[in-house]
Amino acid sequence: MANATPADSALQNPADEVVSFDDERRGILRSIQNVLHKTPSMVPLIVLVLSIIVFGIVLGGKFFSPFALTLILQQVAIVGIVGAAQSLVILTAGIDLSVGAIMVLSSVVMGQFTFRYGWPPEMAVVAGLACGTLCGGVNGVLIAYMRLPPFIVTLGMWQIILATNFLYSENETIRNQDIQDHAPILQFFGEKITVGGAVFTYGVIAFVLLVIILTYVLNNTAWGRHVYAVGDDPEAAELSGVRVKRILLSVYMLTGLICALAGWALIGRIGSVSPTAGQFANIESITAVVIGGISLFGGRGSILGMFFGALIVGVFSLGLRLIGTNPQWTFLLIGVLIIGAVAIDQWIRKASA
Amino acid sequence: MTQPILTARNLVKRYGRVTALDHANFDLYSGEILAVIGDNGAGKSTLIKAMSGALQVDEGEMHLRGEQINFRSPNDARNAGIETVYQTLALSPALSIADNMFLGRELRKPGFAGKVLRQLDRKKMERLSREKLTELGLMTIQNISQVVETLSGGQRQGIAVARAAAFGSQLIIMDEPTAALGVKESNRVLDLIRDVKARGMPIVLISHNMPHVFEVADRIHIHRLGRRLCTINPKDYSMSDVVAFMTGATVPPEAELEAAVAAE
Repeated sequence: MANATPADSALQNPADEVVSFDDERRGILRSIQNVLHKTPSMVPLIVLVLSIIVFGIVLGGKFFSPFALTLILQQVAIVGIVGAAQSLVILTAGIDLSVGAIMVLSSVVMGQFTFRYGWPPEMAVVAGLACGTLCGGVNGVLIAYMRLPPFIVTLGMWQIILATNFLYSENETIRNQDIQDHAPILQFFGEKITVGGAVFTYGVIAFVLLVIILTYVLNNTAWGRHVYAVGDDPEAAELSGVRVKRILLSVYMLTGLICALAGWALIGRIGSVSPTAGQFANIESITAVVIGGISLFGGRGSILGMFFGALIVGVFSLGLRLIGTNPQWTFLLIGVLIIGAVAIDQWIRKASA
Repeated sequence: MTQPILTARNLVKRYGRVTALDHANFDLYSGEILAVIGDNGAGKSTLIKAMSGALQVDEGEMHLRGEQINFRSPNDARNAGIETVYQTLALSPALSIADNMFLGRELRKPGFAGKVLRQLDRKKMERLSREKLTELGLMTIQNISQVVETLSGGQRQGIAVARAAAFGSQLIIMDEPTAALGVKESNRVLDLIRDVKARGMPIVLISHNMPHVFEVADRIHIHRLGRRLCTINPKDYSMSDVVAFMTGATVPPEAELEAAVAAE
């Protein structure tokens, strides 16, 4: 070091080191930001894995058993299916507050068509699915062609569909026993496969399949790319030749159809057809979507993220219940997660600036 | 002169009591860059929108290579071979370069995967996008699957121009392509415009920037009060002359010729 040049000594200047250290840190943060920007489902995946590890350590085998872990899947399947529908709408920068109502009305239609009109249960299921699609179609026409704001349209439709549901069903619940005896197909999604201690209901399998199919459709078909383009910038999409109105209408109709599917799965889950079931599905589905990192401003996020988001809610609910805390802690923590998720979304969006 | 590629005669467009186009004429010849200039409110955007299918005129007719055209939507114009680079660029920021290039006209895989599963042929779209960008000398900047929002303003403009050049078979309309750019990037885009012209594609250039117009235009269409005032050769006049024509301070000799055409 005796014959060090001025340049060498400049390199050893402590002030320079601090500067380079700062730069490096900014660089790491920046690259994390960019990775998250490319794969927005990373954040919920990390949170999910961390929460499973933490609850696993705290609760041990009680939580880390195949039974408990698949129980989580069963508990989130309905909200998850509705969440998949909600994801589609939110990707177009819309929102659907009527998803829960569509789900319940569709399940009531399936039940009542079978037991009131004596339709073959298979046909009643088709009628229920058609009912959901029709409700979604009404949303879609009002939003895409009448250009009304999605929030207002679906707020109104939520009330309309829910009231229709109570008026039509006359607040009557169809009992589990009757369905088992006369129309077991209505409980199709309640059937289960057991592997070791793990229990998979058909509802859970349907949820996972739906996530896989929608992931494929959104990433690998023109329709899927157009859904993102419409959510991103509808005017740009229109000028590029995307038929924005048709895409919006098809998204809301598909959302209605998936909600009706959720209604069918709901019968399997609770055993009966009840017009008062699933009251909070709309808020819970939005929660799963937001925690899953899908941007409420549209065009960003993935169904896979929503899948992780729904599971996070399930893990927290079951984990905290097994610990024996007051259930309000679950809501409190989920509230924190929602706000955290939105804050992270805003930060990730800055990567583009 | 040769036959014009695109002509418009007596276009009229009214918005309520406002007449945006008042019997406007328009001619574009093959292989030229025609600049369309005019004061704000002169009706040049309306004229351009009529040609790109974004709006329908109330009266008048347009011909593309002698055939009458009647666009109901931007897609009609695109199908006829007229591509437009909008001032807003019409790119989806969250989608990749390749996705944007093929937005609205995606390619599907052949056979079962494409027909039944509707699967996109990503590889082919990426390859074609890369080829197009390379042809225009734009490949230095991009990884083709990069999302558009990570690109600079000039790069985005480049993508929009490349998209138009890739799909336009008749002509390309460019609306204020340099308005949002710095000096360096503007020059890059002007080079790009000349490249596209060199490939034999006629261009309609709408711009407020006189130096840019004089740099690249072969002819200048001056729009005033909803109609074509005249068409001039930029070599015959100075920029201040043109500004005087545009604002009505002086009347160009060509305007008499124009009046004769209009009277026909």
